[in-house]
Amino acid sequence: MDRPYVCRAARCSQPTDAADHRTRQSGISGDLTMDALSRRKFLIASGVTGATALAAGAGGIALADLLSSAAPEAAATARDILVVVTLYGGNDGLNTVIPYADSAYHSARPELGYEPESVLPIDAELGLNPVLTGLRTLWGDGQLAIVSGVGYPKPDRSHFRSMDIWQTGSPTNPANSGWIGRWLDGIKAPVEAAVSFEPVLPPLLVGRSRIGACVSYRGLRVPDWIDPQVVAALGASHPQESPMRARAAAAYADLIEMARTVRSAQELADPFPADDDLDSLAASATGTGGSGALGTQLGLVARCVTLGVPTRMYSVSLGGFDTHAQERVGQELLLGQLDRALTGFVRAMSASPAGQRVTVVVYSEFGRRVRANASDGTDHGTAGPVLVAGPAVAGGRFGEQPSLADLDDGDLKATVDFRDIFGTLLARVLEAEPARYLDGYEPVELPLLRTERGPASVDHPTD
Amino acid sequence: MTGDVALLLRRAGFGPTAAELAAAQRAGYPATLAALLAPTDPDIGAAGAPAPDLGPDPHSRLREPNGDQRAEADRQRQIDLERLSQWWLDRMAAARNQAVEKLAFFWQGHWATAVAKVKSPQLMLAQYHTIRAARDVRDLAQRMVRDPALVHWLDGQLNTREAPNENLARELFELFLLGIGHYTEADVKQAGRALTGWRIDLAGQVTVFHPPSHDAGNKTILGVTGAFTELGLVDMLLSQPACARFIASRLWFRYASSTDPIPEPTRERMAAGFPDPMAMLRAMFTDEAFAGTADSMVKQPIEWFVGGMRQLGVRPAAIPTEMLPEILNGLSGMGQRPFNPPSVGGWPAGGTWLTSAAAQVRLSLAGKIVSLTDPGPLTPDDVAYLLCVDGWTDRTYAVLRGVRNQRMLLTIGLASPEYLVT
Repeated sequence: MDRPYVCRAARCSQPTDAADHRTRQSGISGDLTMDALSRRKFLIASGVTGATALAAGAGGIALADLLSSAAPEAAATARDILVVVTLYGGNDGLNTVIPYADSAYHSARPELGYEPESVLPIDAELGLNPVLTGLRTLWGDGQLAIVSGVGYPKPDRSHFRSMDIWQTGSPTNPANSGWIGRWLDGIKAPVEAAVSFEPVLPPLLVGRSRIGACVSYRGLRVPDWIDPQVVAALGASHPQESPMRARAAAAYADLIEMARTVRSAQELADPFPADDDLDSLAASATGTGGSGALGTQLGLVARCVTLGVPTRMYSVSLGGFDTHAQERVGQELLLGQLDRALTGFVRAMSASPAGQRVTVVVYSEFGRRVRANASDGTDHGTAGPVLVAGPAVAGGRFGEQPSLADLDDGDLKATVDFRDIFGTLLARVLEAEPARYLDGYEPVELPLLRTERGPASVDHPTD
Repeated sequence: MTGDVALLLRRAGFGPTAAELAAAQRAGYPATLAALLAPTDPDIGAAGAPAPDLGPDPHSRLREPNGDQRAEADRQRQIDLERLSQWWLDRMAAARNQAVEKLAFFWQGHWATAVAKVKSPQLMLAQYHTIRAARDVRDLAQRMVRDPALVHWLDGQLNTREAPNENLARELFELFLLGIGHYTEADVKQAGRALTGWRIDLAGQVTVFHPPSHDAGNKTILGVTGAFTELGLVDMLLSQPACARFIASRLWFRYASSTDPIPEPTRERMAAGFPDPMAMLRAMFTDEAFAGTADSMVKQPIEWFVGGMRQLGVRPAAIPTEMLPEILNGLSGMGQRPFNPPSVGGWPAGGTWLTSAAAQVRLSLAGKIVSLTDPGPLTPDDVAYLLCVDGWTDRTYAVLRGVRNQRMLLTIGLASPEYLVT
């Protein structure tokens, strides 16, 4: 069944301060940082900061505003950038990075497994899925690191809970902030520091006091039969209104703002994806994660990077990996999309001076059961590979491929804690102290990045 | 017992008409609640909107079809699905016993099954009938575990003794009956074995048990060992104390607050009414905590649409054929197309409905709904009366005062934050 990740509703309810959501600015203001800040206060007042119910419109800033924060001349001194690609649904790691030389693999997956001669070998033990031709080239170029057997203690096989664990960086206690969100808190980040191009802001970017920005990549327009001023007036906040009604009003203000800024962004540069198919808008309204269009999302990241936008972290996603049945066709389709989007992105970054500082990490909430089920699919499993790619990456294999003979009740035993990877990226890309943002976890740093680059500096609060 | 009758009607049904609200205010809270949860009269509204006879699934008649035949059957399914969707919207609007119809809507969202994968409108209609036929939560769970649409949605027909598929088992635990934290992974795997051996008869719209594919061996589930089958499994889950509490919290989430967790005493009072969902709702609607949730619930798009149609006196059945795809696409655009939840986790809630993208579609759809009416002269107060809104903020009042066009007045009323959040 195709089950995209669905955000959980708010569990934390913070005190409501009516004064806070009264301060929300009209959105027509030129000072977008202030506007976004007051919106953030508004969200805190509504008690949704720990929640995933952060709608695109509510936590959003407009693409044109993001682009206008670019300073091309500063690109040479720019800091490193992290791009996180989330694969929703639980990608089958064993059919992504394939232990083709292991007879246990073939006996566990007689129909579902790939013949040794069809895989794209990276060494005598492992090979990539046949559709990952671009990634195989990146591997040859030394721009792809593959970390095997990544998971966490006591694996949870619920999509919802496991994705929470990866995004909050907290396997033991449910947390209501993401590890990137806590980093935003820690460096007192400006609003554009972390940006999601997904329809709904993932928990990853939700901090205790700050949240990342959610930038809609789809155009919006006000119906032509209604006066935009009427819509804007309906979107004005009212002091006596409940927080949820204030949010309902804010959506109209956001609509006006987005329609205006998307129009100006379109005048500015590349064509945007058309939005005349109403069905395509469903993804922005359903609160599901991981809609398609990974290529579009990464294309926007590439554009922001080359223009010198000061964003340090981008979040993008692809969904549909919940392959309980007829897995091969479905997974190949998705891996093909991933391959094209990721390879194109890394190529573009390699060719651009600003892109030299970009590192991409690809993960999913779990791998799948070793043994195929009767439906030519696989059920929810545990550990899987994590990919790290980019011009600064020290290509190669990391971690230990889990044994197919020594299983934990039919599932792989993790050999690497995911926090070691995220911790490495926090330290080496975001120049932060990992334990501070991983709930005290002291990661084992992995040599995923080349060392001849400039020395890492310490956190610099920016305001 | 006192309480806000208008809040009760908005939450227990899809949105009262002005006449219904006036009558309820005369009758008072207790009598209104009794009439809602234990209606005595047959529902003549619902009777006037009988379910369509879709006939057999077009694919069920094909033996070794060629490409053209398959394409034609797919096309027929599309037509059937639009017809089914229109009927269901109409039924929700036409029903006099609003709480009964709203509860069916709740259960559809709870056992969230999507036609996007099931494909067959006939199976989706059969599931609706299953939900309506169930006496209580227990009976419903026993029927649903064999429901062909649900079984197909969660790959149950592929779950065999040789290689059990645990998809349906997992969701029975996590999303349908117990909630996270009340079972282990081992329980899920064992329960998957208990559910092996079912196939789907598309023509008959039923599941059929196929003993050779069933794993008849012993399973240990929640500490109990036995040769569990699907009914034994469901009975055991229903008997867990966590089950009644879980259902109570899901009802609270959809009827009372999707942002504030259910208070413990409220949950216990509701759980005491299990397995009768109306008794559980009665406990909730008479709880002080419910009254405190006013102005915090965002109407789901289908609630918003159906309520608006009722209040404006337009039957969804009267939507012209050429406009129907636009209406259904509009509901998709807002995130809630009938019979098609985004995942087995069900529909989103709360602020998630309030994106700027949804705001755009809501305005468009409000305009389409209003285009089906022919309003006479209206004041802003008339609009509040028609839509059963307690009152306008100065903001919305000023906007409405500035509008001369009657249809635009109603459109803005439907789109207003005061209408959207109950």
